[in-house]
Amino acid sequence: MSGSEIFLQQLIIGLSNGMIIALIALGYTMVYGIIELINFAHGDLFMLGSFAALTVVGLLGLDHLAAGAPGMWSGLFLMLLIVPLFCGSLNWLADRFAYRHLRDSTKLAPLVSAIGLSFVFMNIGLLWGGVPMNVFGLGRSAASPKDFPALVSNVNLLGQSAVEFTTKDLMVFVITLPLMVLLTWFVKGTRAGKAMRAVAQDRVAARLMGIPVDRVIGQTFLIGGALAGVASVVSSVYNNTIYFQMGYRAGVDAFTAAVFGGIGSLPGAVLGGLVIGLARAMCDQYLETRWTNVLVFTVLILVLVFRPQGLLGARAKEKV
Amino acid sequence: MAAPRRILFHWSFLLVAALIPLIELVLPGHPHVGDLLRPIFIMAMLGLGLNILTGFTGQLNLGVAAFMAVGAYTYAILTCDIYPFRLGFWSATALTVLVGLTVGLFLGLPTIRLRGDYLAIVTLGFGEIVEDVLKNLDSITKGTQGINPLPSPSWFGYHFRAETYQPWYYLFLGFLAVLVLLNRNLQRSRVGRAWISIREDELASSCMGVNPMKMKLLAFALGAAQCSLAGALWASYLGSSGEPGNYDFQVSIIALCIVIVGGMGNVGGVLLGALVIMGFNSIVLETVTNFLKAHQLISSSNVFTAPGNWKYMLYGLALILMMRFRPEGLLPSRQFKAEAHPDEPHSPPTA
Repeated sequence: MSGSEIFLQQLIIGLSNGMIIALIALGYTMVYGIIELINFAHGDLFMLGSFAALTVVGLLGLDHLAAGAPGMWSGLFLMLLIVPLFCGSLNWLADRFAYRHLRDSTKLAPLVSAIGLSFVFMNIGLLWGGVPMNVFGLGRSAASPKDFPALVSNVNLLGQSAVEFTTKDLMVFVITLPLMVLLTWFVKGTRAGKAMRAVAQDRVAARLMGIPVDRVIGQTFLIGGALAGVASVVSSVYNNTIYFQMGYRAGVDAFTAAVFGGIGSLPGAVLGGLVIGLARAMCDQYLETRWTNVLVFTVLILVLVFRPQGLLGARAKEKV
Repeated sequence: MAAPRRILFHWSFLLVAALIPLIELVLPGHPHVGDLLRPIFIMAMLGLGLNILTGFTGQLNLGVAAFMAVGAYTYAILTCDIYPFRLGFWSATALTVLVGLTVGLFLGLPTIRLRGDYLAIVTLGFGEIVEDVLKNLDSITKGTQGINPLPSPSWFGYHFRAETYQPWYYLFLGFLAVLVLLNRNLQRSRVGRAWISIREDELASSCMGVNPMKMKLLAFALGAAQCSLAGALWASYLGSSGEPGNYDFQVSIIALCIVIVGGMGNVGGVLLGALVIMGFNSIVLETVTNFLKAHQLISSSNVFTAPGNWKYMLYGLALILMMRFRPEGLLPSRQFKAEAHPDEPHSPPTA
């Protein structure tokens, strides 16, 4: 591969992973926009979604089929229904039973609570990996990474070109892009979205206007969680491996993306996700893989210290 | 009232701890409780360092394990044979504390302006960067092997040995007692009152003539110094810096659990938190695991049966439930208690 081809290839990989990070970042930014909580458990919610997806694969027996077989697409579709529902409900429950009671306490209380929940989720992921199912690799340790079967084939859509844009890359964009458009429409164009923006702007005033604040916040958690669920299906199918500690890294990447783009801003989260995805891919190629995490954290710290409002911070007033 | 109990707790903790090895002289063949207590002392020191930042000053720090790592690696580099310094235990420890102080200042300088939750994320990032840098700079830090072997400490010609644990025990206990004394006095000093006023209301406190930046920076430096002392002592006991993975995010969270469960802003609370959290880890979990093993209730193929696999769930639930039902901790400071239960009558502050 020539230099420019390598660059193009990393660009494609970076954008695909960036779209996945962006989906997770949207969940962070929505929740932060509405109650100013860094939902620390969000990354681990994403991890649990991956385990749910693998469980669905096992229950449907999809791991026995060859990649790209006709049953795969309906299986993928089914996963895209079940897993977001699972993650969304879980996130809603977290709000209902943990964060809702802490609305009037100090700002650190819900954050600490979210850190606790992240540990609970991670532990559930560890135990889940030990469930006696074939897809979890029977007999191997519960903590070991699990192979996610290649549901979508790896055919290069660019024909004989050395640069690969595969069906998997296409799948990422086909699923994530419409979802982002849909979300933007929901927040800008519907009554429920308007209520969300109102609560984000001023909770007390929103309540006085008759908006059921707690229900709207619950909806935000539900939608943010569902987006993480979609991200976990897409990411599992794209990366073909899942493990119980992946939520922490994914969460930090996504949070960095959200902060980078300006936390609270939807387009900012997507932009940030793409930037972080690209930065990771380029660092893997042109620097060294082992320094990639240092790079991401350095970006995070520099942005927080020097431009805490983020790239699209000018629009920070228009939260959610 | 509540006040006498609080004053008693940390001193009685240290007194009972000092007596424990004597019990083992009377009851030989008993499993070494003292052996299990040493990690509790180390984590209590880490908790005390975090307590200055989070408990007194109200600045959430999610990266104290990095300060501990800095301490452990500095101590290792200063004492190990493969480096030119080859210092003794006391001078190396003193220098390590200075290095920790400096690192705390350097991290504090650019970050103290940040809001609470952003600061938490920056410190988390700092922790990750330190861990990765230690892992990747293998020409200096020996990568995942860690720096070893380290010479054991000596004091007035007496050499500490791995086989006899009592000298180590009293060494650590001695350091802990000094830190407890230091922190108690700090808390009641002008500086401590300034810290607490920043935690309660930064704006009001700056109007009262406190310089919040200076005080927060001081908290950062002193907290980091204590955490790095904990790291240095741990390295001296292990005879190795340990691998970078020993100082990961989970260690920072355990330190946070200790401070929160014990009681933020209260020295005795931190000791109780260390006892509860670490005691649960190294005594209760261990005992239950051994008991289940003895009765063949643990099968290696079933992850659900091993109590160790439930550890983080319990830590997580502890954090969630404490926030929900007892945010002030088991043994709170007077201010936190009053804050958490504003409707209850509480004792007026004594002069």
